[in-house]
Amino acid sequence: MSDWGINVIFQGQNFLRLLEGLGVSMRIAVVSVLISSVCGIFLGLLMTSRYVAVRSLCRSYLEAVRIVPLLVWLFVFYFELTKVLHLQLPAEFVADIVFSIWGTAEMGDLVRGAVTSLPAHQRESGLAVGLTRWQVYRYVILPQAVRRLLPSAINLVTRMIKTTSLVVLIGVVEVLKIGQQIIEVSILKVPTASFWVYAIIFFLYFIICWPISLWAKHLEKRWQ
Amino acid sequence: MKETEKILLEVHKLKKNYGNKEILHGIDFSVHRGEVVVLLGPSGCGKSTFLRCLNGLEEIQSGSILLDGSIISDGKAEWYAIRQKIGMVFQSYDLFPHMTVIENILLGPLKAQKRKKNEVEKQAAELLERVGLLDRKDDYPAQLSGGQKQRVAIVRALCMNPEIMLFDEVTASLDPEMVREVLDVMKELAQQGMTMLIVTHEMNFARSVADRIVFIDEGCIVEESEPEQFFTAPQTERAQRFLDIFSYEN
Repeated sequence: MSDWGINVIFQGQNFLRLLEGLGVSMRIAVVSVLISSVCGIFLGLLMTSRYVAVRSLCRSYLEAVRIVPLLVWLFVFYFELTKVLHLQLPAEFVADIVFSIWGTAEMGDLVRGAVTSLPAHQRESGLAVGLTRWQVYRYVILPQAVRRLLPSAINLVTRMIKTTSLVVLIGVVEVLKIGQQIIEVSILKVPTASFWVYAIIFFLYFIICWPISLWAKHLEKRWQ
Repeated sequence: MKETEKILLEVHKLKKNYGNKEILHGIDFSVHRGEVVVLLGPSGCGKSTFLRCLNGLEEIQSGSILLDGSIISDGKAEWYAIRQKIGMVFQSYDLFPHMTVIENILLGPLKAQKRKKNEVEKQAAELLERVGLLDRKDDYPAQLSGGQKQRVAIVRALCMNPEIMLFDEVTASLDPEMVREVLDVMKELAQQGMTMLIVTHEMNFARSVADRIVFIDEGCIVEESEPEQFFTAPQTERAQRFLDIFSYEN
């Protein structure tokens, strides 16, 4: 039994530590997804503004975030800001910030796409019943836009969850890092340790992302 | 002066451009309370644009619009407040697809006018009853036919208790057999004394419902007259040509 690689997972505190690591990943994901959803909606609405200046400002933000790889943003905020501003930010906090900046940009673009895909007369009939511009967004545009952007937004959420694994590289100890630690300790005794550790990490990510996708499908059907 | 003779809506020298192109060339126009005016004219003559200017969906370049004697087009008055007095129904089926019939109707009165829910619900039920759709009040727009949707759209505008109703080619994208049910609702409204401004291509309807016909061509009012006179003996050659097209079709 003892040479079965899978036992590595259940030795000592290993499994519990993996779950703890997963907790760190999920905390970063949940915080940044929440911030991104709220800010993304506002960014998306701003991107449909009547004013060219507002639109191009938002566009520049989106492009800047997209052009630079996420890993570079993590390094810039974690290492460079410290040097320039002498501001020592905790790695997890930097992860929250960078993922929120990224998520907001992506969510904003999704919201913009959904809002502009609505026929213009929806807005006009909202105005025609005496609603203010803001009320038209609140009661007419957003509820319909949310239904349209849901599949792609959920896709973004699962992408964000998976991409949190990058934070290893600024020293956050999350599920992947703990997995590597376990492998390092056990690899000499159990040569297949890395296979089993990565398999369990795969499984952990899967049981988190899969229900989210199922839920999205369910909502999509219900709102059709 | 009798109440019905009072001018409700007045337009002075209204000009409207799209880019450099002037669409409306200084329109002077007025509607009395209780009057039904039908705007006729070839496609692209500016009649729909004119209607849209009246409730602020299009910005105007110069001129003024007065409702009940006060200026509404100077930017000081808020359009959203004015639109509560000016009901509008569009050509496209413009119900909100994510709301039921009754939610569509209640949105304006509850959120824009902040009225009490039970009072508005009662009025909505009465109006739906009148257009024969009370049993469909919990349906979604996708479950309704085009004619039913337009009748709901009319009820939605009416439930705001507007002083005037604007109809922008409301039957133009309906199947022919559904046109009648919508026109009947409008005719009934006219008979009840609602002030109405109607853009339509239904000539027989125009003739029977209008107190006055306004013929617009190339952004100008070319002729204004009573329907009998307009349809039997138009005073301008342009109006005659316009009517000829329709008599040829019939």
